[in-house]
Amino acid sequence: MRKSLLALATGLLLAGSVSAASPADKLKVGFIYLGPIGDLGWTYQHDLARQALVKELGDQIETTYLENVPEGPDAERSIEQLVRAGNKLIFTTSFGYMDPTLKVAKKYPNVHFEHATGYKRNPNMSTYSAKWWQGRYIQGLIAAKMSKSGVLGYIGSFPIPEVVSGINATMLAAQTIKPDIKVKIIWANTWFDPGKEADAAKALIDQGADVIMQHTDSPAAMQIASERGKLAFGQDSEMIKFGPKTQLTSILDTWGPYYIERVKAELAGTWKSQDSWGGLDSHMFAMAPYTNMPDDVKKMAEDAQAAIIAGKLHPFKCPIVGQDGKPVECKGGDHLDDGQILGMNFYVKGIDDKLPGK
Amino acid sequence: MELIEAIILAVLAASTPLLIAATGELVTERSGVLNLGVEGMMIVGAACGFAGAWLTGSVFVGALFGIVAGTMMSLIFALMALGLAVNQVATGLALTILGVGLSGLIGAGFVGERITPAVHLAVPGLTDIPLVGRVLFGEDAFVYFSIALVIGVWWFLYRTRAGLILRACGDNHVSAHALGYPVLRIRTFAVMFGGACAGLAGAYLPLAYTPFFIPGMTAGRGWIALALVVFSSWRPGRLVIGAYLFGAVTILQLHAQGWGIGIPSQFMSALPYLATVIVLVLLSRARSGGSTAPAALGTVFVPDR
Repeated sequence: MRKSLLALATGLLLAGSVSAASPADKLKVGFIYLGPIGDLGWTYQHDLARQALVKELGDQIETTYLENVPEGPDAERSIEQLVRAGNKLIFTTSFGYMDPTLKVAKKYPNVHFEHATGYKRNPNMSTYSAKWWQGRYIQGLIAAKMSKSGVLGYIGSFPIPEVVSGINATMLAAQTIKPDIKVKIIWANTWFDPGKEADAAKALIDQGADVIMQHTDSPAAMQIASERGKLAFGQDSEMIKFGPKTQLTSILDTWGPYYIERVKAELAGTWKSQDSWGGLDSHMFAMAPYTNMPDDVKKMAEDAQAAIIAGKLHPFKCPIVGQDGKPVECKGGDHLDDGQILGMNFYVKGIDDKLPGK
Repeated sequence: MELIEAIILAVLAASTPLLIAATGELVTERSGVLNLGVEGMMIVGAACGFAGAWLTGSVFVGALFGIVAGTMMSLIFALMALGLAVNQVATGLALTILGVGLSGLIGAGFVGERITPAVHLAVPGLTDIPLVGRVLFGEDAFVYFSIALVIGVWWFLYRTRAGLILRACGDNHVSAHALGYPVLRIRTFAVMFGGACAGLAGAYLPLAYTPFFIPGMTAGRGWIALALVVFSSWRPGRLVIGAYLFGAVTILQLHAQGWGIGIPSQFMSALPYLATVIVLVLLSRARSGGSTAPAALGTVFVPDR
């Protein structure tokens, strides 16, 4: 109840403040955000992309966003609100908006929807996501080189395929450098709780991890690693401010080019429902500068990045051995196919932990 | 040894904001007022606390800003729920919604900024004692203040006349009024104390726990503090047990995951709630039967003049 009240209140507030009168010929583009735009992570990056969009096409479009919209059924009201306000293209930027977006999409066939990180589509609803595991692979290489204790610390949000594929990519990379490297995994069971993320980072460091990786949204873990003199990777956005001597690199969500491309298609009348799963090559995300590491490690990381972009290196190259010691079926020729990665629910060999729910 | 010390230190840090906020709410509820706006007062305290520390460079001033901000928020509640006799539950919920929005507004300019966090105490000779030194003499001042606070509240409630009067207002405001006590004024002070504590607890997060401000950083701690008050049967002693137990299980479950003991993490994350509820319920059943809630809790009082 609190959440729905909140959504309603924020919705009303924002709708009141953002909707300004405008020439009717401008295309209206709407955005639904999970967190506040100042979260320095997931939502912040989506809003940076929206700003890039306005900069590029501001004379032809007008954007509106609703922030702090909870996932689940309540989101439906907020999405519909954007439709009624005249938005013709609406980006819903979190996995949990999948069903609400689909429901609204079916109700309004003349409005186009773009849903981030989901898998359900409709003739007027596209999906888009990024192959972050490519970046995780590069991070795994760096981590193995930089770790002195041979123990990596990994803070997970929820044990969903997106996060599990990141852990596997990290370990597959790290094992190419140090075959017996260990990873300790702590699930925070939240995307955003700075205090808990900090506690998880402390626990990992206290248990011997000296390189911290995270799949949660706040810079708390980076800050703790910095305080304790360890190394860490950022998440979603540039976090080097919180650890100038700590951040090795960070996976940066760069949705801007995609948003611009899709809005241009909408303006040209060529928008079609599609599924975009872009990687480093299509600039769906980028790596922050490689810092706090010796030149040879930096070069290794840059080489790996170039090889991934050129298609010469696939993080999930076969053979891949599961935790049970059996090789994983190779459906994509010499690497796992996209479906296997999208639905990944197993750990690779060498991860000394049990996947929750398995 | 070092690991045990590290765990205890982490538990103290995790429990402190809960203990401070819950202590304040306990006093508020003991006076008969149910203020569900703890989360809102905390998050405004966090934003203002960070702003204060950033502007002046002093954690102490930041903490004062947090206290003042929490008190101001609670005065809004007092005006509505006590002055205008509006439903307390609705007012409290509205206060949280207001607080979440307001903190985002206040904190917007401070997102991404950094401050020097609260220093950890260092007593020459004592802080270096193995195992107990850093726990007893080496944490930040908030941790020790929170313990002093809860002892002070216990003493006030059970050992002073003023505390007795406050509890009387919470149990039967009509009688207290008939005896000539200014019920609404007493309740207003209790609400303000709760607000001050919530503001301080919120300020603890960006000043000591994770020294930066991000909207929504209290992440539901205000609601946990509220629950702790109920499950402690409105008793300061049990509140301490509840807060530290919650903090301890929170930290231990993270460590258990790191050790890889193979219990599903979803269950582990629920464990702090489960353990705290079970232990506090058992405690209250063992000691006294029946409800110990202040009898007039949450009821509107309009004095006849």
